[in-house]
Amino acid sequence: MIGAEFVALSLPPILIGCLAAIACAIPGNFLLLRKQALIGDAISHVVLPGIVVGFLVSGTVSTWPMMLGAGGAALVAVLLIEGIRRVGKLEPGAAMGVVFSTMFAGGVLLLEQSDTSSVHLDVQHALYGNLESLIWLDATGWASLLDAQALAGVPPELPRMAITCLIVTGVTALLWRPLKISTFDEGFARALGLPVRALGLALVIMAAMAAVAAFDAVGSIIVIAMFICPPAAARLMTDRLAHQVWLSVGFATLSAVMGYVLAGYGPLWLGFENSVSAAGMIATVSGLILALAAVLGPRRAPRVA
Amino acid sequence: MAGASHRRSSRRSSAEMWGLGYNAALVAIGAGLLGAGAGITGSFLVLRKRALVSDAIAHATLPGIALAFLVMVALGGEGRNLAGLLTGSALSAWFGLLCVGWLTHATRLSEDAAIGAVLSVFFGFGILLLTVIQSLNMGRQAGLETFLLGSTAGMLYSDALTIAIGGGLATLAALVLRRPMLTAAFDPGYAVATGLDIRRVDLAMMGLVMAITVIGIKIVGLVLIVAMVILPPVTARFWTDRADRVVLIAGVMGGLTGLVGALISALAPNLPTGPIIVLTGSLAFAISLLIAPRRGALAALLARHRYQRHVHLRQGLLALALNHPVHERYTLRLLIHAGLANPDGTATDEGRAAAARALLDESRWQVLRADPAQEIAASHYDGLRPIETVLTPDQIAQIDARLAPRPLP
Repeated sequence: MIGAEFVALSLPPILIGCLAAIACAIPGNFLLLRKQALIGDAISHVVLPGIVVGFLVSGTVSTWPMMLGAGGAALVAVLLIEGIRRVGKLEPGAAMGVVFSTMFAGGVLLLEQSDTSSVHLDVQHALYGNLESLIWLDATGWASLLDAQALAGVPPELPRMAITCLIVTGVTALLWRPLKISTFDEGFARALGLPVRALGLALVIMAAMAAVAAFDAVGSIIVIAMFICPPAAARLMTDRLAHQVWLSVGFATLSAVMGYVLAGYGPLWLGFENSVSAAGMIATVSGLILALAAVLGPRRAPRVA
Repeated sequence: MAGASHRRSSRRSSAEMWGLGYNAALVAIGAGLLGAGAGITGSFLVLRKRALVSDAIAHATLPGIALAFLVMVALGGEGRNLAGLLTGSALSAWFGLLCVGWLTHATRLSEDAAIGAVLSVFFGFGILLLTVIQSLNMGRQAGLETFLLGSTAGMLYSDALTIAIGGGLATLAALVLRRPMLTAAFDPGYAVATGLDIRRVDLAMMGLVMAITVIGIKIVGLVLIVAMVILPPVTARFWTDRADRVVLIAGVMGGLTGLVGALISALAPNLPTGPIIVLTGSLAFAISLLIAPRRGALAALLARHRYQRHVHLRQGLLALALNHPVHERYTLRLLIHAGLANPDGTATDEGRAAAARALLDESRWQVLRADPAQEIAASHYDGLRPIETVLTPDQIAQIDARLAPRPLP
């Protein structure tokens, strides 16, 4: 299993899966603590209309227009949710439901109406991506990792995801203290003169960035699952934010690696010929980790009111 | 009942007049009934501030659909039997609901995190099972993907009938249960005091949401069914402040949305039913958000404008009464427009009278507000409300007696 074939076929998807999982899990921690966990869900739904509009405007399936479209859609969705919540005096959940289902429906309709049969753009792809197809054809073995010429042929998703992950990590480290204070005690943060609203917006934008970069490689399911499951599991393990974030990164990585391996090789071990959906398996594994944490986690008990 | 069935049959015949097939008409009726049931049930869900639980329920149906398919094939059956698939989806949706409840109550996680976790994990597991099915039945498409976004194309007559009957039953159940659900959603404390078991009402409500989801996934799809539950009540909320009317309007709105959406999508090719129904509902929501009286955006804007005008006029009149110059140009324009001031800023006769009245009112208020015994009446002061609307003439006479003796202008 560990050979040239592994480096070419399995290593890039595993790495991309891990990076995507980590990039989503880190902002997920803060969203979870702020009771905004479902923002990730909403954002990953509106990615579809975003990429469709990006495609229709640019006329190509190249990455950047679609990423821009997705990012724009995420921003529009966040603004709409906030606007509808205020004007209509609705609870955030209802406002979110209204916005993301409307935009998703619009995306599906646009997709059906426009001539996208010639290109690889469909709802299924947006939902569960195609992690398995991100292979590195130029690799001939572990030595290729040091070979500049072969490295030039890695799937473009890998460097893109790595940069996104780096930005998310960097911004989180940079804003660590203000983010932490405003997450736990907004009033205190305001009294300290921290820009609470801007911090909240920065967090959502960071989440949107992670979601947009990740959906292309791994699809929406992993994005939603990674926003919530690893942070939630970590939350049941510890009371300290720093530990929680590190644990969530660990759980995210574990989900991605185990999920990919089980999906790719599990059926073969059981004697079947085809592998199953890696995205689905990664989400499932993250759910199992959360279930374990909910049963055994040392800090699982609900706070006594 | 006779009236209802008459309406239904006339709907059907008009649908056929537009050149729809019998199936499409049946689907449209089913969608209408389903929408009505979803709107009524959704009202209670939104009132309980648990709107997105329905999203978790919807996504949790997927593994059940896939497992039911696998079981039916393993038993040598047809696998695509709609009733069987729906039973499976109901079972796994129920399990998902239990997981949401368990995560919320037995751990420190909040409900939104539990919803997100259940939604994504069940959905992911369902996708996993779909790929298992694909790899087991090589060459034979199970077509289960249509449950993701719904599909009415090529629907069997029996499927359409199942949906229409299911939608009717769901609406009926929602109507029967609306009183206890309304009490529990609107005033849980009162509900407990009258001996209502809130947990059982909640359970019934979730059961209804689940039934509607399960019936609706074939038409609307599990990704979008949440819209049918949320959109009608939040739309209805713009038009009334009374909870029972929200339920009524949401039911009608949901029914119309389902019916109209399904008809539109049947009239032209490439118009997927689920998204069209959702977008029809979104349009109704957007229109209500804009133009609803009192709660709509336009009404709020007008009210703010009117309030601003009142404040400016009042301040302008007070300034005139005290012979202060009016500096604010907007105030002056308002005064001149109302015929209370001349273009040079001096008061007209009418303006002097109005200014005197405003000053008297303001002075009376000041006396009232200075009296601690009148705190409640004084709390109505907002600088605009005439004191006559708060106090009786006798009370005003008492205040006037305490006003410093000075010649009224």
